[in-house]
Amino acid sequence: MTAVPTTAPRKPVRWGRLALHLGCLAALLVMLYPLAWLLATSLKPADEVIASLNLLPSHLEWSNYTTALEGVNDVSIWRLLGNSLLIAGGAVLGNVISCSLAAYAFARLRFRLRGPLFAFMIATIMLPHHAVLIPQYIIFNQLGLVNTYWPLILPKFLATEAFFVFLIVQFMRGLPRELEEAARIDGCGPFRSFFQVVLPLTRPALITTAIFTFIWTWNDFFTQLIYLFDPDKFTLTLALRSFVDASSTSAFGPMFALSVIALLPIVLFFLAFQRFLVEGMASSGLKG
Amino acid sequence: MTTTAIPAEAKRAPAPAPERRPKREREGAAWVFLSPWVLGAVVLTLLPMAVSLYLSFTDYDLFTPPKWVGLRNYVQMFTEDPRYWRSVVTTLTYVVIAVPLQLALALVVALALKGMKRGKAFYRSAFYAPSLLGASMSIALVWRAIFNDGGTVDHLFGTGGWVNKPGWALLAVALLTVWQFGAPMVIFLAGLQQIPAELYEAAACDGASKWRQFLSVTVPMLSPVIFFNLVLQTIQAFQVFTPAFAVSAGKGGPADSTLVYTMYLYDRGFVASHMGYASAMAWVLLVVIGAVTAVLFRTSRSWVFYASEGDR
Repeated sequence: MTAVPTTAPRKPVRWGRLALHLGCLAALLVMLYPLAWLLATSLKPADEVIASLNLLPSHLEWSNYTTALEGVNDVSIWRLLGNSLLIAGGAVLGNVISCSLAAYAFARLRFRLRGPLFAFMIATIMLPHHAVLIPQYIIFNQLGLVNTYWPLILPKFLATEAFFVFLIVQFMRGLPRELEEAARIDGCGPFRSFFQVVLPLTRPALITTAIFTFIWTWNDFFTQLIYLFDPDKFTLTLALRSFVDASSTSAFGPMFALSVIALLPIVLFFLAFQRFLVEGMASSGLKG
Repeated sequence: MTTTAIPAEAKRAPAPAPERRPKREREGAAWVFLSPWVLGAVVLTLLPMAVSLYLSFTDYDLFTPPKWVGLRNYVQMFTEDPRYWRSVVTTLTYVVIAVPLQLALALVVALALKGMKRGKAFYRSAFYAPSLLGASMSIALVWRAIFNDGGTVDHLFGTGGWVNKPGWALLAVALLTVWQFGAPMVIFLAGLQQIPAELYEAAACDGASKWRQFLSVTVPMLSPVIFFNLVLQTIQAFQVFTPAFAVSAGKGGPADSTLVYTMYLYDRGFVASHMGYASAMAWVLLVVIGAVTAVLFRTSRSWVFYASEGDR
């Protein structure tokens, strides 16, 4: 301790701080409980799953995981994982490419109808998915693409997720125009300007787009539910659905083991990119 | 805020075009950049909207050609289908419970974290995590188990399993949404940090209490962000599907108490193959969401305060 006297008015402030931290930690404990429950239950023997309130299992039942790893409906878990990765990966690629192209046009290029088209793009953020769902389904059905991955990936290559176009537009507007003007004077056309000047600087917004696309596509249930039928085309999310109707307690352990496996990529993404995620979410509504 | 940015940007003086390239060529370049989006907007948005409007006046089962029935679907929906109204009431109840609770919690936590020096980044990330995980089927299944008969909530409060009680199942679904307050919280926090400290100092000099400062400085300065979160969360809440599906084992039960609008739409369109009827439902949803958004925008004029109005 140093000789600095702890003056009287400092003390209540410190107590306030302490109370604040205790409050936050208590809130965190309540909030993280479902996650702890999931992890614990995935390791519980069948007879303890609902019979006891104990969070901790009496012994670790790893066989839940071996059962989960065997797969669902005779489809191996690697297949399910591969399907999920393929769809999420395709969506990421599609969104990053198409949304950044559109965003550059809206943020930096001048063209007739820019105002109305931009307003329309913003409006589609609010458009409920269901208003276009059925005709989209019919279109893909006519093309014979239902029960393939195309309906889940192709729309992302056409910048249908306006939220990301908007996010990237907002980011690009924050970049100094002088850079492109200098590039233009040096003889760069809009294409080189985009690829060599603007795109590298937009990287943070592109990473945010990529991560959110991955997580949202991974979590998406509705679209996968209507477009995919064959169990061997199922994603992890859809495979979990087969457990939804099952009420037998014996399947509980493996079901939650599979749930943990299905959450793992999101958790890893979150831990690796939390800064981008949090900043991306914070900036989505504020800049501009 | 976004809405003020649009006209301001559009009004910006035309760029002093260096006459190196003819203007038409650069306009052409813009359309090249825009082409995927234009294709998507026409083929996957505008055309489907038109088709869905058309289908809403037909009987269509995907296999036989659509049969024109005029307003039949709408009449049936509004006057002869109690399950439709049930789903409307359920969805509205859900929106009214989940959205205010979620936003209030988000604001309270953001205020608590605002002045924190140590641990802020940690709490911010930790509170945000459920927003990403909560949308998954995995967590929805956990929710069902925790709120089920014999689940944790039953053990602690003797509730006897909300998931099986018509009056309570929807609350379990709503709580899953409230649990995901991290996303609006992060946006609130970013907004709070943009409020200049001088405003609080000036208010404190004038003898304003903390509560007074909250009402007279924080709320007006934060109102654009509150508005943004309110619109976004409301629109999303109207479209809730996965948690209701999981909690009710895909059936909307018990006694249709978790049959939210989109679940009934799914049931009519993709389970019962009444695509025309589902299209009519989709259009009503579109109109309602549009109307709610319009009302929010209209009332916002009286309570949303843009400090930088005009100079952007």
